[in-house]
Amino acid sequence: MSLLEVRDLRTSFFTHSGEVKAVDGISFNVEKGKVLGIVGESGSGKSVTAYSIMQILSYPGKIVSGSIKLNGVELVGADKNTLRDIRGRKISIIFQDPMTSLNPVFTIGNQLMEAIRLHTSRNKTEAFDRAVEMIKLVGINEPEKRMKQYPHELSGGMRQRIMIAMALACEPDILIADEPTTALDVTIQAQILELMQKLQKEMGMAIIMVTHDLGVIVTMCDEVVVMYAGKACEKGTVDEIFYDPKHEYTKGLLKSIPYGSKALGRLIPIDGSPVDMLNMPQGCAFAPRCSKAMKICLKEKCEEIVLNNSRTSACWLNIKEAIDKNEIQPVNEFVPEDDLSLADGGAR
Amino acid sequence: MPKEKTKEVLVEVIDLKQHFDIHMGFLKSKKLKAVDGISFKINKGETLGLVGESGCGKTTAGRSLLHLYTPTDGQIFFNGKQVVTKEELENFRQNASMVFQDPYSSLNPRMTVGDIIGEPLDVHKLYTTKEERKARINELMELVGLSSEHATRYAHEFSGGQRQRVGIARALAVSPQLIVCDEPVSALDVSIQAQVINMFEDLQKKLHLTYLFIAHDLLVVRHISDRIAVMYLGKIVETAESEELFNNPMHPYTRSLMSAVPSPDPKTARASKRIVLTGDVPSPLAIPSGCPFRTRCPQAFGRCSEEIPQLREVSPNHFASCHLLDDLQAK
Repeated sequence: MSLLEVRDLRTSFFTHSGEVKAVDGISFNVEKGKVLGIVGESGSGKSVTAYSIMQILSYPGKIVSGSIKLNGVELVGADKNTLRDIRGRKISIIFQDPMTSLNPVFTIGNQLMEAIRLHTSRNKTEAFDRAVEMIKLVGINEPEKRMKQYPHELSGGMRQRIMIAMALACEPDILIADEPTTALDVTIQAQILELMQKLQKEMGMAIIMVTHDLGVIVTMCDEVVVMYAGKACEKGTVDEIFYDPKHEYTKGLLKSIPYGSKALGRLIPIDGSPVDMLNMPQGCAFAPRCSKAMKICLKEKCEEIVLNNSRTSACWLNIKEAIDKNEIQPVNEFVPEDDLSLADGGAR
Repeated sequence: MPKEKTKEVLVEVIDLKQHFDIHMGFLKSKKLKAVDGISFKINKGETLGLVGESGCGKTTAGRSLLHLYTPTDGQIFFNGKQVVTKEELENFRQNASMVFQDPYSSLNPRMTVGDIIGEPLDVHKLYTTKEERKARINELMELVGLSSEHATRYAHEFSGGQRQRVGIARALAVSPQLIVCDEPVSALDVSIQAQVINMFEDLQKKLHLTYLFIAHDLLVVRHISDRIAVMYLGKIVETAESEELFNNPMHPYTRSLMSAVPSPDPKTARASKRIVLTGDVPSPLAIPSGCPFRTRCPQAFGRCSEEIPQLREVSPNHFASCHLLDDLQAK
C-alpha cells in the first residue's frame, strides 16, 4: 500500500462565469521516503492538487469527486477532527511566498511553538526547546535570538527556512512543497533545495514537490507527474520523462527550455496560448497547440494509458504508435482509421 | 567565432553610479549605493546580458542608463556622444527604449492596446496624420505577432505572453537602436517564454537592434546574449563573451552562481557538483569593506577585506575582479 493514494481527484471552482475544472481527474501514488514532482505551467492545476490533498481550498473551490487515501484512511469527506489530526502532523505544506505566509505581528518563536503545541502534547518549555532545535536544524544561527524576532527582520531565504522548520516540527509523513523556491534567488534556492534533500534523508519523509521549474524537478524528484489543464498528461520517473517523453506536451516543454548557448540555435516553443479553463476544448486540452494533433484529438479526450508499471501517458499518438507497430488491433468504433490522420492544421 | 558583426560601439557607460538617499529619521539619512561605479560597452547589434541576484542593482543600472533615474555620477555615451542636455536626452530616448518585467502592471488598464503602442508616437510627434499613426500601430502589432484587429482591445483581454508582446511593440514604436529589456520573460511560462525569446532574436536580426538584456535566469541569458556581465552588490564582478563565461568562469561568485542553477538535464545534474554559498546577500545599505563578495566567498582571505579588487582583463576580452586572480597571474 502506498503512503498516499490519490484516485481520480476532481476539484472545481464554481465562479460566476461558470465551473472551472482546475483538477480534472488526476491519480497518483506517493511512496514512503520518495519525492514526487508535480510540474506544469501556471493554471495547470498543480497547486490546486496540493491544496486538495490538504483540503485547504478557499471558496468557491470544492473537491467534486475522487479519493485521497493516507495510509488507507479516506480524507475526502472526512470530518473536521480527522483532518485536524492529519494536517500539520501527518501532512505539512510549505507555500510559495515566504514573505506572506508568516504572520507579521507574531514572533517567529510564537508561530513555531503554536504549530508544535497544537499538534503534539508538548508543554510550553518543551515546545520552546523543540522550536530552537528546529531552527538549528534548518541551518539558522543564533536560534534563541531568532525566536524573539519578527518575520520582517529575516531575509527571504531565512523565512523560507522558518517555514520548513514549522512544517517539519511535528515530523510529518508527507511534506507538500508548493513552489518553495520560486520567490528566491538561485544561490538561496540551492541552499533550500540542499536543506530539503538533507532533511528528507534524515527524517525519511515523502515530499510532493510542486513546481514549474524543470531544473528543480531534476534535482529533487524520483517520479514526476506532468500536468496540463487539470489533467496528468504523463507520469514516470525523472529519467523516463526527460529522456523518453511520450506525451506531445512534455516533448514541447522540454524543447522550449534553453539548455545552452546561442550557437545551438533557436528555441522550439509550443505554439499558441494556454487553454482558457472556462472554455475547455471538447477533445484533448493540448490539441489546439499540438503540431501532431489528429482528428480524434479534437473530438475525444484520451484516457491515461498505462505504458509500464511506473509510466502512464494520455496521448492518442501512443495508441496510434501501438497500432502502427501491430501491438494492438484497432477496434473500429474505438479509433476509426480516418481519425488517426493529421487534423487539418489542428484547431489553429 | 565566425560572426560578421561590426564592432562599432553603440553605448558606452563609464563609472556609472546611482545612489539613493534613504531617510532613517529626522535629519538622518543613509546612502543606498544601488549601482556603484560600473562601466561597460555595448557594440551595435549585440546583446549584452546583465545577470545577478535580486538587489544587486541590475534593474537600477538599466534604468539609469536610460535616465529614468538621474545618475548620481558617471558618463553615458550613445553613438560616441555624451547625453547631457534636455534636447540630447529627448533625442536619446527616441533611440533607446525599454521593455519592463511585469506585463501585468506595465500596461495602463484604461488605455486600449493601440493607444498604448501609439503613445511614444504621440510623445515624440512621429506622425502627421491620424491615418499614419494608425498604420504605424498596425504595422507594429503585426511585427510582434499580434493581430492588428485587436488594437481596440484593453490589456486585460490578453494573456501574459501577448501583453509582453504589446510592451515590446511599444518599445519598438520609436524605431530605437537600443532596447533595455528588464527581465522581459521572467513572468512568463516556459512554453510562452520560448516564443518571446525567439521573437527578440528575430526582431534583432530584422531591425538591427542592440539589447541590454537584464535577467536572473542564467539559462535564458546564456541563450540570448553575446556577452554577459555579472553584477554583485552594485558592481560588475565579471564580464566575458557568454560561452567563455560559462565554460571558464573566473570569479568565485560567478562560479557559485552557475553551479546553483539546477540543470534541467538529469545526467548533467547528477554529474555536476554544486557549490552552495552560505548566508544571504548583504544589505546594500551596509556593503562589506573591501570585496563586496568576501562575506560569502568560500575562498576569501585577509586581503579581501582590506582592498577593493579592480576589474581587470584576465584573458582576452574576459574581465574579472578578484584578488585570487592576481596570485594566479603572478604565478
